[in-house]
Amino acid sequence: MKVEQISVFLENKAGRLAEVTRVLGEAGVNIRALSLADTTDFGILRLIVDNYALARDVLKSKGFTVGKTEVVAIEVPDRPGGLASVLDILAKAGINVEYMYAFVQHSGKNAVIIFRFDNLDEAIALLQQAGIHIYKGEEVYKL
Amino acid sequence: MIFDIANETLPREDLEALQLRRLQALVERVYHLVPFYRRRLDEAGVKPEDIRSLADLEQLPFTTKQDIRDNYPFGLFAVPMEQIVRIHASSGTTGKPTPVAYTQRDLNTWADLMARTLAAAGVHRGDIVHIAYGYGLFTGGLGFHYGVERLGAAVIPVSGGQTRRQIMLIQDFGPTVLCCTPSFALYLAEVAQEMGVDFRQTKLRVGIFGAEPWSEAMRTEIEARLHLDALDIYGLSEIIGPGVAVECIEAKHGLHLFEDHFLPEIIDPVTLKRLPPGELGELVITTLTKEAFPLIRYRTRDITAIDYAPCICGRTIARIRRIQGRSDDMLIIRGVNVFPSQIEAVLMEIPGVAPHYQLIVDRQGALDTLEVAVEVDEATFSDEVKGLQALAKRIESRIKDYLSVSVKVRLVEPRSIPRSEGKAQRVVDKRKLSA
Repeated sequence: MKVEQISVFLENKAGRLAEVTRVLGEAGVNIRALSLADTTDFGILRLIVDNYALARDVLKSKGFTVGKTEVVAIEVPDRPGGLASVLDILAKAGINVEYMYAFVQHSGKNAVIIFRFDNLDEAIALLQQAGIHIYKGEEVYKL
Repeated sequence: MIFDIANETLPREDLEALQLRRLQALVERVYHLVPFYRRRLDEAGVKPEDIRSLADLEQLPFTTKQDIRDNYPFGLFAVPMEQIVRIHASSGTTGKPTPVAYTQRDLNTWADLMARTLAAAGVHRGDIVHIAYGYGLFTGGLGFHYGVERLGAAVIPVSGGQTRRQIMLIQDFGPTVLCCTPSFALYLAEVAQEMGVDFRQTKLRVGIFGAEPWSEAMRTEIEARLHLDALDIYGLSEIIGPGVAVECIEAKHGLHLFEDHFLPEIIDPVTLKRLPPGELGELVITTLTKEAFPLIRYRTRDITAIDYAPCICGRTIARIRRIQGRSDDMLIIRGVNVFPSQIEAVLMEIPGVAPHYQLIVDRQGALDTLEVAVEVDEATFSDEVKGLQALAKRIESRIKDYLSVSVKVRLVEPRSIPRSEGKAQRVVDKRKLSA
């Protein structure tokens, strides 16, 4: 139920993001989803890729600091209030969303959203109880 | 064990009386024998007979490395060449080496001091001492060598290099004591591991490590990897070589400085005023007994603090703290003296913070600013912004607590701070660049 996300530390200077994408591209790693959190000094790039281990190895070999985080990919009904209905379930249980970002999907009616929770296992259990579809890791890497 | 009970455990009153007698004799001697000192004292308006108490030491001018260079090669020698039996020199990384000389009596004194040093480290007759300090112009190898012989233990004079062969000798000859630089000790551990040699299987018991600054964290690592007690030794060729100060094995807390031969002072490197015990400053040493190459108030540039409290080992002579850095590197930030090594010490205490950092000093309006660039490694990295910001804040507040200086911590990528083969460039002072 958990998806491996790779996080990369980036200094705020020109060309660093380009460098990450170039390194991944040359290694044949395909980026499935990404988000960038930035501050005045640094940024954190979060990526879902089709080959986590390869992405980690090539980025590390180029001197990037990388981390692994487990996130959840949820199918959210693509209609007004769809996301709100999911977030309500979590809010009632007191589960905090650390961050989230949307997945680019070529087909299918519903949106895929990546979530990072402070309490991952509890969140998964709650969402499953509520009948919300959670993607398996392998599904996400190949979407 | 204390090698020279009489001199290492003197009541302070007696020690100071001895120091004063020797200081007076020294000033008298150099005034008449070394034109450089005569000129300096005349310029300062001090005559040898003005030295009536130890406090009068402050009237005497300082001597610096530059003074030794200006008198290259033999201008500061205080005896004729007929009485000199040995010449050593410091490495001279910045140009010509700095030559120093010894009479036979100086060599005897040095051997005695090194015997004291080794005894303080728990070395005794029956020990086998593996000396991997370089032999030659460098004072390390021969300094230790004569000390071991004076003590009556056995010497293996390996000198530097040939690491694999050294490990073979450590296995086959069974030395109990290892003397080398702390970085070479760690290198030995690495090579031994490659060779499949376990230090637990050797007879090594004690290591005496010096000739470069090292930290408490490094001690822990050396002790764990080499399975011995690691002790810090301090010395410099200008003063005599190794054997100026050493930690005792009983306390491992501060280096006993042989005050009956070397009169220490701690000064503020900017105001040049003497600092009270416990305060961090530059170590200044006056050699009380050296014949061939005496020095008056020599500015070592090494940063430490002095403690006159007697030690549990029984020695009454003062202890200096592990060398914290060099005064050449000192920064003044809004009136506060800051040594890069102090910042380093704070960083090293924070788990996971890589030891690579750089200090960027600047001035905004009339106010100095200090930015600390710290590399983020995998142990400290968090994929959440607040996690990294908390790390930066934690480092900032720790530095503020320790040094009373507000800094801004900037997290940077690994290997983004330039590395160098020799001394790392820890400080970028933009105030100087624009001045």
